[in-house]
Amino acid sequence: MHYLVSVIADGTELAIPGEMAAINEFNDNRLKAEGYWVFAGGLASPGTATVVDNRDEGVVFTDGPFLESKEYLAGFWIIEAPDLDVALKLAAEGSRACNRKIEVRPFQGIA
Amino acid sequence: MTDVRVAITEAHHDEWVRVVAALTRRFGDLDIAEEAAAEAFATAVERWPADGVPPNPGAWLTTTANRKAIDRIRRENKRDDKQKEAQLLYDNDPPEPLSAIDDDRLRLIFTCCHPALAMETRMALTLRMAGGLTMPQIARAFLVQEAAMGQRITRAKAKIKAARIPYRVPSAEDLPARVSGVLAVLYLVFNEGYLATGPETDPVRHELTAEAIRLTRLIRALLPEDGEVAGLLALMLLTEARRTARVSASGELVTLDEQDRGAWDAALIAEGHRLVRERLATGQAPGRYQILAAINAVHTSAREMRETDWSQVVALYDQLARLDPSPIVALNRAIAVAELDGPQVALGAVDRLEDTLVGYHAYHATRADLLRRLGRSQESRAAYDQAIELAGNTAETASLTRRRDRLG
Repeated sequence: MHYLVSVIADGTELAIPGEMAAINEFNDNRLKAEGYWVFAGGLASPGTATVVDNRDEGVVFTDGPFLESKEYLAGFWIIEAPDLDVALKLAAEGSRACNRKIEVRPFQGIA
Repeated sequence: MTDVRVAITEAHHDEWVRVVAALTRRFGDLDIAEEAAAEAFATAVERWPADGVPPNPGAWLTTTANRKAIDRIRRENKRDDKQKEAQLLYDNDPPEPLSAIDDDRLRLIFTCCHPALAMETRMALTLRMAGGLTMPQIARAFLVQEAAMGQRITRAKAKIKAARIPYRVPSAEDLPARVSGVLAVLYLVFNEGYLATGPETDPVRHELTAEAIRLTRLIRALLPEDGEVAGLLALMLLTEARRTARVSASGELVTLDEQDRGAWDAALIAEGHRLVRERLATGQAPGRYQILAAINAVHTSAREMRETDWSQVVALYDQLARLDPSPIVALNRAIAVAELDGPQVALGAVDRLEDTLVGYHAYHATRADLLRRLGRSQESRAAYDQAIELAGNTAETASLTRRRDRLG
């Protein structure tokens, strides 16, 4: 079962070196060493985003994130875990490591 | 005919949770299990009056429900072969080697009380899946529209499936936290029955307290060594024992000092006391529910209010406050202190809680009673007014109004 583990940040600050070190340690010694790792990445600040809309005639580009909000997606993991209990346990450790709130959401149709 | 109806009611009490639990494990799907169990009971209602009650009603119901579930899966397989097959393959995991207990009913309850579900959802799902209450019954209990309750349960089942909330007894390492999560759900159900929050419901809803006790008995049978499970059961029994004495004929809440102690249920009290003694004998440090049960054991041991061993009650509240330093515990402790050291000392303790409890009716009700005992009628009246404004329970409002109007 694959889960998207999103990092939710209250502001636009990126991870500080201490947090980065904890994240790397968690990635290497827990997720990769124990076979849960699929992919992960930290995102640049929300201000660097571009929204693209090509649903109708002619593509429209908009500068900035698609939603102005107080909370932003700061990064994510994709993990493979047998069930939600395992995913939540890993997410709890991830939240501690990156010092941010985390949302766990299952992928649909990827076993 | 009547015998058959009794047999069906009994089977529903005894077997519903077993049937749902066994089917959930076999088919890995709460929705299929619930529907098939409901169909099996409907078939029993239809057939038992004519065919007679089967010698083993539980086995009959499980077999019938299994057949209903397989019928449904066959029907759906014709539509959507591969997906359903994949679902049937999942959930053949061997039981966790770490868990000491392995019972389908426990698995079911742990799934319904999973911390990834909202508390209200956990309560509703537990009452439906483990308690066998119908959707209209649950909707009425929580004062929501039946459609809204149906949606909540449907959403919960969808989340359990899509996010793969496991159907399993948690590992030994997680067990204490998860058991206390289950107990919290059952205690909330009980309290909602014992002191209903809404102004439009009966002040006491026996079906909820009875269901909470039944499910706690079940957990106790499955986890006999757990002290807090025993504590919660004792607490519920000792509270339930006073139920009929607690509301007057005119629908007014009767406080402990005014209750007719002869109307208390002696059998429930004896059972509760037995559980409390059993826990004391283990010599293990008690948790929150065990301490609350012990406090209620002291109250129910006194034949009259003035025979109450208040120093013992205060000592138990001190012990509770060390585990749970919440202002509510401090408030209840102060009520006991009033009996031991007088209302003046108690009022000092209560007034210190103003910041955190100013929005809570019991804070104002307690102050009002203490002020009344101190002869400060005007302040007492104002405090009763605030308590009445904040209280939601009809019986409680009536009792507060009467006490206020008795002031000179």
